Amino acid sequence: MSSNDKPATPVKSTGLHVGAIKPGVAKKDPILIADSVRRQFGGLTAVDVEHVEIPRNAITALIGPNGAGKTTFFNLLTGFDNPNTGTWSFNGKSLAGVAAFKVARMGLIRTFQLTKALSLLTVMDNMKLGSTQQRGEKLWASMFHFLWKKKDVEIEAQALDLLKRFNLDAKKDDYAASLSGGQRKLLEMARALMTKPELVMLDEPMAGVNPALTQSLLEHILNLKKEGMTVLFVEHDMHMVRHIADWVIVMAEGKVVAEGDPHEVMRNPAVIDAYLGSHQDDDLGTITGRITLPKPGKEK
Amino acid sequence: MGRVFAAVGAAVLAFGVLGLATPALADVVNPEMPYKVSGNVQNKGEPVAGVTITVTGSGGFTATVPTGDDGKFVVGVPERNTDYTVTLDESTLPEGIAVVDNPETEFVEGNVQIASVGPGGRVAMNFFIGQGERKTVAWVDQVVQRLISGINFGLMLALASVGLSLIYGTTGISNFAHAEMVTFGAVATFALVGFFGDAGLPLAIGLAIILSAGLGWALDAGLWRPLRKRNTGLVQLMIVSIGLSLAIRYLYQFFIGGGTEQLPGADSPKIPLFGEVSLSVVGMVSMGLSVVLIVIFAAWLTYTKVGKATRAISDNPSLAAASGIDVDGVIRTVWIIGSLLAGFSGILWAYFRPGIRWDMGGQILLLIFAATTLGGLGTAYGALIGSLIVGILVEGSSLFIPSDLKYVGALVVLIGILLFRPQGILGRKERVG
Amino acid sequence: MDVLGILSSTASFILDPTTMAYALAGLGLAIHFGFAGLLNMGMAGFMALGAYGYAIGVLTLGLPWYLAAFVGIGASIIFALILGIPTLRLRGDYLAIVTIAAAEIIRLLLLTSAFIDVTGSADGLSGFNGPGGTITNPIAGAGGFNGSNPIPDGEFGFEPFLDDERTWYLRIVGAIILAVSVFVVWRLVNSPWGRVIKGIREDEEAVRSLGKNVFAYKMQALIIGGVFGALGGLMLAFSTNVNSGVYVTSLTFFLWTALLLGGAATVFGPLVGSVIFWVLQAFLGLLFPALAKLGLLPFDSIQAAQVRFILIGVALVLLVVFRPQGIFGNKKELTFVK
Repeated sequence: MSSNDKPATPVKSTGLHVGAIKPGVAKKDPILIADSVRRQFGGLTAVDVEHVEIPRNAITALIGPNGAGKTTFFNLLTGFDNPNTGTWSFNGKSLAGVAAFKVARMGLIRTFQLTKALSLLTVMDNMKLGSTQQRGEKLWASMFHFLWKKKDVEIEAQALDLLKRFNLDAKKDDYAASLSGGQRKLLEMARALMTKPELVMLDEPMAGVNPALTQSLLEHILNLKKEGMTVLFVEHDMHMVRHIADWVIVMAEGKVVAEGDPHEVMRNPAVIDAYLGSHQDDDLGTITGRITLPKPGKEK
Repeated sequence: MGRVFAAVGAAVLAFGVLGLATPALADVVNPEMPYKVSGNVQNKGEPVAGVTITVTGSGGFTATVPTGDDGKFVVGVPERNTDYTVTLDESTLPEGIAVVDNPETEFVEGNVQIASVGPGGRVAMNFFIGQGERKTVAWVDQVVQRLISGINFGLMLALASVGLSLIYGTTGISNFAHAEMVTFGAVATFALVGFFGDAGLPLAIGLAIILSAGLGWALDAGLWRPLRKRNTGLVQLMIVSIGLSLAIRYLYQFFIGGGTEQLPGADSPKIPLFGEVSLSVVGMVSMGLSVVLIVIFAAWLTYTKVGKATRAISDNPSLAAASGIDVDGVIRTVWIIGSLLAGFSGILWAYFRPGIRWDMGGQILLLIFAATTLGGLGTAYGALIGSLIVGILVEGSSLFIPSDLKYVGALVVLIGILLFRPQGILGRKERVG
Repeated sequence: MDVLGILSSTASFILDPTTMAYALAGLGLAIHFGFAGLLNMGMAGFMALGAYGYAIGVLTLGLPWYLAAFVGIGASIIFALILGIPTLRLRGDYLAIVTIAAAEIIRLLLLTSAFIDVTGSADGLSGFNGPGGTITNPIAGAGGFNGSNPIPDGEFGFEPFLDDERTWYLRIVGAIILAVSVFVVWRLVNSPWGRVIKGIREDEEAVRSLGKNVFAYKMQALIIGGVFGALGGLMLAFSTNVNSGVYVTSLTFFLWTALLLGGAATVFGPLVGSVIFWVLQAFLGLLFPALAKLGLLPFDSIQAAQVRFILIGVALVLLVVFRPQGIFGNKKELTFVK
């Protein structure tokens, strides 16, 4: 991505909600609905979500201070953790108590905060693992070459296609360990797309990514929406959130405290107090008094 | 590098002491005889040594052997699918006891039995001796006897377990060579007694304990610290401890052979306490010393700076290091103390079994792991509680199941604990899976 | 010193049934640890079940040898299930402790005098391969393993591989089992199933998030590796009697040494590692006593035979620290090395 290209302005989805905006507001076309999800660790309540709905084919951001329960909520929804109480459904199908691997097969893919690219496998092997269509992964079928070879070729072609999109095709036979941190993030995202998921849940996709790569990553996420997928991501980078999110959900101390269109939410005084800070648009230097900038026009 | 050489030197010195040991003779079975008649002579569960057994068969075959230190005898016989007559020479029994009836086998007279060698080619049989008439021991007395025995065993296990637990807590290593650190105490004492004579037993024990501590120092300085500096992975370290265990175990066998040796005083008389419950002098001293050592150790852990530092490192290594605790120094101390306690535990184990063998540590290694896991890997107090429970369980289980299966109970508990409460009784609930 | 005698005895170990047994068990361990990352320290238990299952199948159940062999294999599968269902979710070093404990329980159960009628207790079992017993002692079943031998009586081959027909039959059967096993493992490991297993070895959660049932894969690996272990025990039982004293934790540790030597995550590593291991230890077991008898070593010949075991322990330490990938392995693929 050359820095001379003007980044495309994302087309935002509007009118996602039904009725007045408040935490837990219903959506016109929800892909994921969660009710009374509670997770306690000893005496500490990590997650306590009464009701939340994720709109289909939109990009939703989940924001909130550290320890608000965002990653725990992710883990609960995708089967990587078990709640004390709660039900949630994906496309109408209940996911409560469903094992993590089954959730993934139902079209709900997640990534991790600390990238889980399998370093000791090659990039191509990583991609092939992403597919759920390979019969040869079953024990008995794996013994007979002819049963899976053709599918393997198909999957390899699909993988190569995705790798080209993410600019990783040249590295397809290298061990994932030799990729840079940012490239591994891209690999994880590319791999997640091998199953053609409906809902992609990204846990801090920008964490540790250098600024040059951020733009590229944003484009890829926008492309997901273009291709009909729904995206739910956790982030701390407010510029990114404002730029691409259609909807924002704010969590604090395990509860959903605010929801809405990005600009509305970020003007919400409670959210500003708890999380954003009142000077989040200003240069850090001017806040601490170290530098003085000429008065800027308010950034959009 | 100089440190490593010094450590190697210390290790050589420690192991060199073993060179003073003389091996026992191995058992001999007539190699020309393909089949075997073997058996046990026991007096109320205690083996009786030096009793003469004569086996006669058709065709004029006859062979005579004495029972070994473990009360067992083995006789090679030429044919199978035939009967042999096994006679116990009562004149070779200790004073005041004779053969009693054993309702489970056919007998001609009490001290003469028929042994049938079937298609398997081997047969085992037992002689039971007692005070002429069988007395049924009161159930309560049996339970109390087992309880005392169990506590004694548990205290001995505790000395080895706390070391293992602390080593795990501070370094993350599951130290399979701990078994050999236990054996070291016994073998070193044996070797030194051979050098000083029986009267020098206290001196030998004292020196052996000091050498055990030295072994711990040598192992950390020469092996574990260099590996830590290399940032070796935990799985690799575990495998290193396995290799170390193998090497040291066979080193012991090299010095003392495959047989069983005894420390002086191993056959001390049992003093009746009440009813049928009795405890030998050695047993009492052992319990007393164990308790004293454990109390001293607990005080060290709770009140001294190093002790507290140890607990801090076990709890949260990075925070401890960031707080300025000399982690390497504390780990060195943990190895020294852990090895010292293990060595002492080995001496007690030599009296409890009784007997010293090259693999005696290995026999209780799994019990030590069971105890530390039960109590909570990484906590010393947990290891203590776990050891007492395992000790009582092992000794107590022989009331219900055959005594050669008594370790199975503890092993099943080990597996069970890992399934239902992997952090153990006192451990922290962190991810263990 | 009889140099030729030593060399010839050593060379014969290359085609020795014991070496093949080790290679088979080593293949199993390669699947468990090398490919799936399972720290199985109880392989001796799987071998014991294979050997004893077969022997008991012949002696107690009266089955012909080829069916009795399946008893051994079946026992190892059940053992893997019982072991795996509760423990496969445990972390590495916990799994190591549990597997050692399980193998010891098996050994103690085979050793206890309570079951002496079936297991032979401390004396073990023998005479189940027959015929070869006396007329007064016929063997149950259709002639036993040795009875199925089509090779006519006599000695064949050339020094140092000059042996009777029984040994040759054993070698051929062993070689066939080994060849099929190596082929199976090679296929498995280079298939999509193998790819999933290698992924699990590195990061279970990642693989789970890609829709694979991680528990099922680990269980499959445990069972398959266990079956190979049982086949190893079976080879040992074919060649001699069975005794619980063989299936001790030292055996498992020797297997690990042979495996790491050859290359834990390779298909031919277990084979080569086992051959080198057994040949070396046979060689040293003959060389050292001979040197001792010549007075060249400061200890007697009985002690000299023990020295090689000490060296095995030292070799294991050096191996895992300095060359954990073994002869054939690829360091880039190892998960247990930092």
